[in-house]
Amino acid sequence: MTDHADHAPGLSVSLRENAPIPLDLAFSVRPGEVFALVGPSGSGKSTTLRSIAGLYRPQSGRITSANDCWLDTASKHYVAANRRRIGLVFQSYALFPHLDALANVTEAMGDRPRSERHDAAMALLARVHLDGLENRLPRQISGGQQQRVAVARALARRPDVLLLDEPFAAVDRMTRTSLQRELIGLRADLDMPVVLVTHDLDEAARLADRIGVLVAGKLLQTGNVADVMQHPVCPTVARIIGLPNILTGIVTQTADGIDWNGQILHTDAILPLPGTNISFCLRPDALDIDPKGTIPVTIMERTVLGAICEIRLAVQDDILTLHVPLRDHDRSDYAPGTVTNLAIPAHAIHVMANDG
Amino acid sequence: MDWQALWLSLRLGGMTVVILMPIAILVGRWLAVTPIRGKGALEAVLALPLVLPPTVFGFYLLVAFGQTNWVGQTWRVIFGSSLVFSFEGILIASIIVNIPFAVQPVQRAFEAIGPELREAAQSCGLSFWRGLWRIELPLAWPGILTGMVLTFAHTLGEFGVVLMVGGSIPGETKTVAIAIYDRVQAFDDQGAAIMSAVLLVISLATIALTFILTRRLGRRYD
Repeated sequence: MTDHADHAPGLSVSLRENAPIPLDLAFSVRPGEVFALVGPSGSGKSTTLRSIAGLYRPQSGRITSANDCWLDTASKHYVAANRRRIGLVFQSYALFPHLDALANVTEAMGDRPRSERHDAAMALLARVHLDGLENRLPRQISGGQQQRVAVARALARRPDVLLLDEPFAAVDRMTRTSLQRELIGLRADLDMPVVLVTHDLDEAARLADRIGVLVAGKLLQTGNVADVMQHPVCPTVARIIGLPNILTGIVTQTADGIDWNGQILHTDAILPLPGTNISFCLRPDALDIDPKGTIPVTIMERTVLGAICEIRLAVQDDILTLHVPLRDHDRSDYAPGTVTNLAIPAHAIHVMANDG
Repeated sequence: MDWQALWLSLRLGGMTVVILMPIAILVGRWLAVTPIRGKGALEAVLALPLVLPPTVFGFYLLVAFGQTNWVGQTWRVIFGSSLVFSFEGILIASIIVNIPFAVQPVQRAFEAIGPELREAAQSCGLSFWRGLWRIELPLAWPGILTGMVLTFAHTLGEFGVVLMVGGSIPGETKTVAIAIYDRVQAFDDQGAAIMSAVLLVISLATIALTFILTRRLGRRYD
């Protein structure tokens, strides 16, 4: 890391460890930006978050926030968790069970004069719509309300960095949506970097400006949400973000297409040398069932998912998924067992690097 | 009724609790949260007074406190008196014997708090002592109270160790348990019965009080 990081506003993280938890990653988050770490369980998301909070000490790394250096293993510099200005929302909220909502919030205001704490905490509780519940113990309020107390408590320290560890995992779907909306509302006022750990890609898409896909301690791809969704760099990322139709093929001799089990798919993408094995995926919303198409398919299954219809069809040994707008009856109304053809336009093909 | 013996026992129990509990809280918390190798062996050593016959324990302490041992010699150099057959001697013996009664409930109580609350305290900016005072002690309080009562009640009833280390000097080492034994030896059954009844009532009252308090405390946060 260069000196530049010392003066970069926001949060800058670089971690390296072989065991017990493999980590090899670096990222930075600007003030006011929400960065989501997405990945399967055991990928190191929570460990990364805990390292930022000072609750886990990685073998090697450097973490800076604004002008503070919290960790620099090279110079044996380490700031204890309680001296890092962070706000952390735990997955289980970890509210203090013997303190009411108000005291849970004021407890995190140790840096303010005692006389200011009550009013500041009441204002924070009002901001998360908990007015009137300040004297309730955690067990006397609902899960969603507990989550709001946890958010208010995390903000009570006026943190330099806000850390959210699967903050919506413990509530039901309806509550989750409304809490997410509230957090989006709060975001306008938050001027610190926010790191969100989640395994829910929709949540990341809804809340984050940028996402980082973490697998086995490595950030395979970072970028804005739409970009990662449209252009995953490798099959692993494509699988994690939930893309279907991840396939392999061979670059044709003319280098303008992919030989996929004998079918030639033409693409505008820049391809490697002829004969190279490559991975690619087919965008489910760009595929078309077309009797005049060149690829024979059998419809296997048709499922209505809200406004879209998901159609699964068999092509030789592979199974492909299509997303068709439900109101588009001509394109979506196929009974299972129907034998027809598929058209794969060039823009439906996204070529990726093979998994490393 | 030997009021002097009863007062001595109450004083011994009270002082044992006051001196032992802060140590038990720190040791119990440390055992609860620190992953160390050989913790099982350490816990076994601390639990030894539970299984060792009191006379055996008392014998070792008598030897340690005696003038031929460095413990007894050091004490005499510093305080100018003997540890054997003295109130200080039985107090130290009582503290050592009660370690498992104080430490184990405290350790269980700290174990029940769970690591996330400690981490939450840290990430709220609380120092170790502030976190202990504001978060952990209130939550561990039922276990601490149990440790206090067990220690106190066990001290009132301790016989073998006190007799070995302290003998039976009225006003100095003659506790109510020893006084009862003396009464029986002197065929004063009525005196022994009265003192036994008083001890029974005190023990029942402390245990009942603990049950009520811990149940009330336990109900608070569920």
